[in-house]
Amino acid sequence: MNKMLKYIIADILRTKVMIGYMVLLFVISFVVFASESNASKGVLTMMSIVLFMVPLVSVLFSAIYLYNSAEFIELMLSQPINRSQVWIGMYTGLGLSLIIAFCVGFGVPMLLFASNHGWVLFVSGIFLTACFSGIGLLASVKVRDKARGIGTVLMIWIFFAIIFDGMVLFLSFQLADYPLEKPMMIMSALNPVDLARIFVLLAMNISALLGYTGAVFNAYLGSGLGRLICATVLLGWCILPYWISLKWFKKKDL
Amino acid sequence: MTVKTGILKWLVSCCICFFTCISHARVIEVSVNAIVQSIASAIQLADHGDTVMVFPGIYREGNLIVNKRISLIGIDHPILDGENKFEIISVTSDSVLIQGFHFIDSGISGTVDFAGLKIYDASHVVVEENILERTFFGIYSQHAKNCIIKNNELQSFGGDELQCGNGIHCWKCDSMQIIHNTVKNHRDGIYFEFVTNSIIWRNVSEQNVRYGLHFMFSNDDTYVANYFHHNGAGVAVMFSNHVSMLGNHFSQNWGDSAYGILLKEISDGFIIGNQFDENTTGIVMEGANRIETKRNLFSSNGHALRIQASCMDIVLENNEFIANIFDVSTNGSLVMNSFHRNFWDKYEGYDLNRNGLGDVPFHPVSLYGMITEKNPPAMMLFGSFFTKLLDRTERVMPGLTPENLVDHEPRMKRFLM
Repeated sequence: MNKMLKYIIADILRTKVMIGYMVLLFVISFVVFASESNASKGVLTMMSIVLFMVPLVSVLFSAIYLYNSAEFIELMLSQPINRSQVWIGMYTGLGLSLIIAFCVGFGVPMLLFASNHGWVLFVSGIFLTACFSGIGLLASVKVRDKARGIGTVLMIWIFFAIIFDGMVLFLSFQLADYPLEKPMMIMSALNPVDLARIFVLLAMNISALLGYTGAVFNAYLGSGLGRLICATVLLGWCILPYWISLKWFKKKDL
Repeated sequence: MTVKTGILKWLVSCCICFFTCISHARVIEVSVNAIVQSIASAIQLADHGDTVMVFPGIYREGNLIVNKRISLIGIDHPILDGENKFEIISVTSDSVLIQGFHFIDSGISGTVDFAGLKIYDASHVVVEENILERTFFGIYSQHAKNCIIKNNELQSFGGDELQCGNGIHCWKCDSMQIIHNTVKNHRDGIYFEFVTNSIIWRNVSEQNVRYGLHFMFSNDDTYVANYFHHNGAGVAVMFSNHVSMLGNHFSQNWGDSAYGILLKEISDGFIIGNQFDENTTGIVMEGANRIETKRNLFSSNGHALRIQASCMDIVLENNEFIANIFDVSTNGSLVMNSFHRNFWDKYEGYDLNRNGLGDVPFHPVSLYGMITEKNPPAMMLFGSFFTKLLDRTERVMPGLTPENLVDHEPRMKRFLM
């Protein structure tokens, strides 16, 4: 499996898309951090960019890569290797190379300019990368046709990035008569992007400025235990889509 | 001979008069080794105009009543111990000077307002350079006039509101001067109720349980160059008129009901040259009228300014808004206040004629700000792409935010330094 992993990572990191992603992230973070006088404001600006870009690139790239390497997977499976080993190799290879690109693109400017606040965003970015490449895997296993697969993946991304928040806002207005802080916290766990965002906001101590709601979040999620739960749920989001995709892949008729 | 000797005689008689007057005022020394060993007996011995000098030591004399026009001066801060039972000094006479004492452990009670030092119905009292530690109320004045409270350091227990009283408390006073005191861990740092024509200048009020400064029914007062930080609920100015707030610094007042300044039912005031940073809310205005808010700097606050629709004729001119989460929020569509020439860091317009003022008007209220005002849990979506999208669309095609809340000539550059 190690051999396969090495091959996949080397293959991915050489692609133009991946190099482009790395350079783009690097340039954006460098410019944002260098031009913002206040490091925490820079992290806030970067937060919106990272939360927008990282899931999109991760989910699209991993789905497209899987469609393109369908023949390679078939070849691998004709060898005496079992399916779960191939799949785990695919997932870790994709995840690791995307994470490496993120680390270089975002991590280096972050260390240079905003090492005190930026690390939370850095960690959340890594989680999001892993989580969304798992979702990309899931979609590509389920949908055989490439064009439809990419469409599905884009829909999933739009759902998590925009529609989900719209639904939360709609619900909060419909149920405005009830104390909603706790249900909303549970709802946020259903969306890895929201969870990552709240994780970053809490660590930046901005919640104190957000009034009562911020104080409630801080009370529940700001403690050591709260952060642990946050991180565990995020980790769950990294494993769950992959695990389901693995089950499907094992039964799939190639 | 006549004119010159006349003047000389007059001068000599003046001098004699002067020295006899001076020699009338005695100095009574109190110390553990002297003839007079207690402050109470020294006060009893003293006559109007005398000075009582107290040398270092610990004095446990219960409640000292100063009922003569004397100067009570402590050398190297002698300790006056209230033994957790007494009000330490009560001043009932005019023209008293209390200087250089260290007050500790006054009584604590739920029914009696024990204070370190209390001024009853007196004028021209000067209280300066004292240290007050673990006192219930610090310096308390009622029906006082023309008093000066200067250079004192006050510290209480903190904890909850019942355990400590106010630092500098004035009730029904006039023409007071509160200058350069430090108040810490009290209930309200400085408390004014029915106080008129007074000035609060260069004080530091920090970590108080409730307000750093609390005004009620106090008209024609000014507070200048004070520093209020880390107070439970910031500063509240209520039910008063003609209050001027100049050059103060409000910082780090965090919490849902913590404000830099809370203005409630205030009219004809000035808020000029103040700085608000890192507060949950910079200024809240409720039922405020005719307030000129100029040259203030709002930076890194949650809400810089909340103007309720009940406010009228508020003028906001030449202020700077930097790095606040929300610049202005309001709770209704009715706007009867005006905004001119402020600097907004969120402004994205242009200036074709290069006069330093943007050509496109700026709407400081964001749609997301309106939403969270009505529906606080929506704050959970702060920073998400969806809310950014909402704000963008609203800025391009304003429909829901109040149309009249607008700065027609926003500044292009920062100008306060």
